[in-house]
Formats: sequence, structure tokens, C-alpha cells
Amino acid sequence: MSEIQSNKELLDKETGKMGMWIFLFTEMFLFGGLFLVYAVFRTKYSADFHTAASELNTFIGTLNTVFLLTSSMTVAMSLTAIQKNSPKLAFFLVFATLLLAALFMVNKYIEWSHKFEFGIFPGSPVLKNMGRGELLFFGLYYMMTGLHALHVLVGMVLLSVNLVKIKLGRVNPRHYLLLENSALYWHLVDLIWIFLFPLLYLIT
Amino acid sequence: MSDSENGTYINYLQHKGKYGGILSWLLSTDHKKIGLMYLYAVIVFFFVAAILGLLMRIELIAPGQTIMGPQTYNGMFTIHGIIMIFIIVIPALPAIFGNFFLPILIGARDVAFPRLNLFSFYLYITGAVLGVLSQFAGNGPPDTGWTFYVPYSAQSSTNVIFALTAAFILGFSSILTGLNFIVTIHRLRAPGMTWFKMPLFPWALYATAWIQVLATPIIGITLLMVIAERVLNIGFFDPSLGGDPVLFQHLFWIYSHPAVYIMILPAMGIVTEIFPTFSQKPVFGYGAIVFSSIAIAFIGSFVWGHHMFTSGMSYWARWFFSFATFVVAVPSAIKVFNWLSTMYGGSIDLKPPLLFAISFIFLFMIGGFSGLTLGSLATNIQVHATSFVVAHFHYIIFGGMGFAFFAGIHYWFPKMFGKMYNIKVANIAWGLIFGGFNVFYFPQFIIGIQGMPRRYFDYLPQFTTGEVISSIGSFILVAGLFLMLFNLIRASRTGAVAPSNPWKGVTLEWQIPSPPPHENFDTIPEIKTKPYFFGNNIKQE
Repeated sequence: MSEIQSNKELLDKETGKMGMWIFLFTEMFLFGGLFLVYAVFRTKYSADFHTAASELNTFIGTLNTVFLLTSSMTVAMSLTAIQKNSPKLAFFLVFATLLLAALFMVNKYIEWSHKFEFGIFPGSPVLKNMGRGELLFFGLYYMMTGLHALHVLVGMVLLSVNLVKIKLGRVNPRHYLLLENSALYWHLVDLIWIFLFPLLYLIT
Repeated sequence: MSDSENGTYINYLQHKGKYGGILSWLLSTDHKKIGLMYLYAVIVFFFVAAILGLLMRIELIAPGQTIMGPQTYNGMFTIHGIIMIFIIVIPALPAIFGNFFLPILIGARDVAFPRLNLFSFYLYITGAVLGVLSQFAGNGPPDTGWTFYVPYSAQSSTNVIFALTAAFILGFSSILTGLNFIVTIHRLRAPGMTWFKMPLFPWALYATAWIQVLATPIIGITLLMVIAERVLNIGFFDPSLGGDPVLFQHLFWIYSHPAVYIMILPAMGIVTEIFPTFSQKPVFGYGAIVFSSIAIAFIGSFVWGHHMFTSGMSYWARWFFSFATFVVAVPSAIKVFNWLSTMYGGSIDLKPPLLFAISFIFLFMIGGFSGLTLGSLATNIQVHATSFVVAHFHYIIFGGMGFAFFAGIHYWFPKMFGKMYNIKVANIAWGLIFGGFNVFYFPQFIIGIQGMPRRYFDYLPQFTTGEVISSIGSFILVAGLFLMLFNLIRASRTGAVAPSNPWKGVTLEWQIPSPPPHENFDTIPEIKTKPYFFGNNIKQE
């Protein structure tokens, strides 16, 4: 009986993971639409895109890339930790992931407010006087990094739920589907950033 | 006599979950109850949008202003389109019949994620209510047409944001339903039911679900961009903000053309279930039907440009999109041959579901051939944005999806409610709907070729005859719809008790009592044969 039970659990787990993977496809297509728009405008106004991209702070961008990549590692480690039956370590690692995510957001805040100080924000007069391609570049910049930041926030909420559930023992060595799916989601957030970073910061 | 009446089992309508009263519906994760809730919601919104359509027909009964001004008319066709497309035609078949019958047809107790399923339903209701609300809140009903073409939709002072948000939320609901179905079909088929022993309605839903999952995010992000354009002044499509309006059209149709296949594939799936049952003969060319569904889903993703032949595209782009449009007609035609061959030599029982299914073929073919007229580059320019397009579109969507919906509801009604409707009244209603439909839409082809533009509240005197005939047809059609609704509602209350298998069907839903028990099957059946095996001596392919 118990064997059948665990077999069913395994099936449920596979089912849940499959659902998550398909959901991640849809997320990729959601960003895909933006990448498509980026590709079109980049081809049309490549000179303007170069000029505009040089306004972005590559140092902050690189720092944020490091934060996100490291956080992807910690969340993957937390999954291994829970599978190897050390919930305390898993708790710590998820917490570290959250901390890195928070640092990412703080950085983003500094970066954006810096831009705002220079009057570079959607609809601003400074922006309207720039070239057409630069205008589009900054529009895409705000939309893409903004939507990405929104995903970071959603990921942080998911990870916080995991923290509580690890503490309560609801996420444990036998049931860790939630943590696994949250980690998958977090990797997606990371993956999208991996594309955003060179496309927006490094094309100068 | 159904077992339910004898009290030997508890059917899903009698089943009491954790909650009592109305909450046993609103919080139920039973796929059958969710399917019925979708059904009721769709019926309500359908009649709202149909009445809007009727009002437009009354406006067009004579040249000049009849009952409404141009701005009201613009709002009417926009909301008619938004409700019909996003709230009814796209979600209805998967959400109603998919939810109700997919798990039963593949021998499962429920979908893979029952709670997610309920969540999709509430997203759907939120989006639908928001869509209707956009009529009344803010600065008047949106007047952009359901296509939201930029730059007008970025500038119109009407309530466009509400409508955009509604479409976004409805899209999300559609994605989650599709996701749920894909996982359900992959993981929950009964033992022994290999992919090619699966009935064809699940196959159609499977192809549909992939389009829902892969294409809907594109419209999601596009609508978000238009919202950002309006609210935050971020330029993407509006030329005054540096953007490119043709890019919007591309992104819009990258989703919205495959969406046409989200509408029609499940419809094809439903009639594919009906033909074998009412011919008492295995379906002809099972494999061809499966692969044509997949081919439609695939090729259909590469034809979006045929909506934009006059918008400015390179010669080769137009050439490609026109070619792909002709190619996608091939798998659709394959299906038509299969349905006809299924009936050939069968023991045909001309009951209401089959009547609707046969008229589906008839109307779908007229719609399909007129689609080729639109898909060919030269003729497209003549009939672009005329009422020819209106006629083509309604022949495909109403004549196709709508008639398949009516076929499905008449086919499965006895299973869903355990009651039988009055066959004679259903036949009369069919006659009114089918007749009224053709009187309504066929003249639109003719005046379209003569140059009557679509989306105009007024017309030149030479179109009067066509428009008047059309309006008369609309009255007949709506009368038929009400008669059908009346017949079904009366049957669900006081209809005769239906046997568990009134049509002698052989798929799994007919092997269980009517209405189905709470978790469908006492023991999950084991599948040994191909579907549509009628046990007679016609050779199984």
C-alpha cells in the first residue's frame, strides 16, 4: 500500500513539474514579444541604440548580473539541501537567495532614480528631444527591466512562502515540489536577465 | 431509467463537497461543475453580445441614422467583437466541453490541476466582467474595434484601458486552461490508452492547448505595451512617441490568427465525435484527422500576415503569407473528406446533433472558400475591409465554431444533465438558426464585393436590398437562438429522464451513468481497442 502511495506521490510530483515547465514556456514567449520588438527597432536604429546604451551604467549592470547568478546557485543548492534532509541549511540558502534578490532590487532602484535625475524617463522632455532610436531604446529599457523586476518581486514572494514552509516542515525531504518549482521560476528570472544584460548594457 | 433516479449512486449534481448551497458550486474543483459554470457564463454573455449584434442590424435596416449615431455604433461593434471573441468564441469550447468531457473521454477522474482550473474560471469571470464594465465606466465605450489598432487605440479618449486589461486577463485564463489540458492529456490517460487510442476530441484539445500556451503570451505582452503606451507614454507603436504602428499589427496577428484555430480546432473535434456516433461507423482516417489537427496548429502559426496585405509589407512577405494561407486550407479540407467518408455507407440517424454537425461542414466550407478569396493577393485588395470580410468571418466563426457548439450541446446535453430535450423543437430551432444564418450573412458577401465597407453605421442606397435581407435574416436567427435556449432550459427542468447512452455512442462518456458520478469512474477503465469501435463487422483501420 505504501509503495502505491509513494508511486502516486511521484506521479503528482512529475505532473506538477510538467505544469511548471509549460508555464515557463509562456513566460519566455511573453518576454519573447519584447525581444522581437527590440530586434526590429535595433535593426532599424542601430546607431541610436549604440549611443543610448552608453548612457547605461555597466558597473551596476554587472553587479546585478553577479547577484542574480549567485542567487541562482544558492536556490539550486537549497533544493539539494532539502533533498539531503538538512532543512536548516536549505532555510539559510533560500534566505541568502532572498537577500541577493533584495540587493538586486536596491541596485535597480539606485540605477533608475539616477536616470530620473537626468530627466530620462518615459514622456520626459529630455527624452523627447533625443533621436527616435534613443527614445525607443529607453522605452524598451524601462519596459524590459521593469517587467523583469516585477518577476523578481514575484519570485521573492514565492521564496518567502518557501521560507515559512521550510520552517513549518511543510517543505521537507519528501515534499519539496513547491521549492523545486520556485527554483525553476527563479532560474527563469535569471535566464531572462542573462539576455537583457548584454542586449541593453553591453552593445555600445 | 437512470441509476441516479434509483438512488444507487450520487451524481455530480447531487454531490456535496466541503461546502453547502451555492458554495458547493462556486468553490467546487470538480471539472464537470466548472464546465457547467462556464456554460452558464458563456450563455449570458452570448445573449448580451447577440443583442448588441441585433441592434446593429436594426441600425442598418435603412440608410441613414435609424436608431443610433455613429459613435454609439462604433462602441457597439467594438464591444460585440470583444465579448464574442475574447469571452465566448476563444474560451467556450475548451472551457465548457473540454472541462466537462476531456477527463471523462480519457478515463480520468479530474484534470491534472483542479484548483488551477477553478482559478482560471475566476480569472475568466474577472476579465469578462471588466470587459462588460468598459461599456459603462470612464469616458464611454471603447470604439477601436476588437483589434485595438494603434495609433487610434493609443489616442482614443474612450475607455480602451479597461478593454485591454480585460483581454489580458482573459488571455491569462486561457493560458492556464491550455496548460492544464496539456498536462492532463500527458499524465492522466487511462491505462492502455496510448496516444493513438485517444478519442479525437482530446486530440483537438491537445493541439488547441499548445496554441493557447504558445501564442497567447504574445498578445499578453502586446496589450501590456499598448497599456504602457497609454499610461506611461512609453513609445512602441504610436508614431508620435517614436513607435511603429505596423509592428503592432504584426504582434497582434501573431496571436490573433492562431487564435482563429483556437476557436475552430475544438469545434472540429466536437463534430468528429458526432459523425461516428450518428453513422454507427468508425471514424474514417483516424490518423489523418490527428495529423491534420497538428498541421493546422503548426501552419496556422505562420499565416498572420494575410490580415495585413494592405498595411505595407514587402513583396516576398506578402507572397509567403498568401502561400501559407493556401497551404493551411489543405489539412482543413482533409478533415472535411474524413467526415464525409465517415458518414458514407453508415447507418445515419439524423438527430439534432448531426443536423448541426452537417451544417457545420456546409457553412465552414463556404467560409473556407471565401477565405481563399481573401488569402489571394489580388482579390484581397478588392474586398479588404468590406462586408465580404464580415461574411467570411461569421461563416467560419459562427457557422463553424457556433454550430459546433450547438451540435456539442445537443450531443452531450443528455449526459450533462441526465435529461432529454424535445427533439422536434430542437429540429425547428435548427431550421430557424440555419436558415436565418444564411439569409443574414450571405447577402453580406454580395454587397461586400460591390463595395460596402465594414464597420459603417450608414450606407449608400444601392446596398439597401442586401442590408434589408440581412436584417430580416438576423431576426430569424435570433428567434431560432431563443427557441433553442428555451428548449434546452425547459429540458433541464422538466425534460424526460435520459438513458445513459441515448445515441448508442461508444466513447467512454457513454459507458458511465447520466449525469456522471462525482469522480466519473468507480474503477478506471482499461483501454484495449481503438476508439469508435462499434463492434460491427466494418473493418477497424
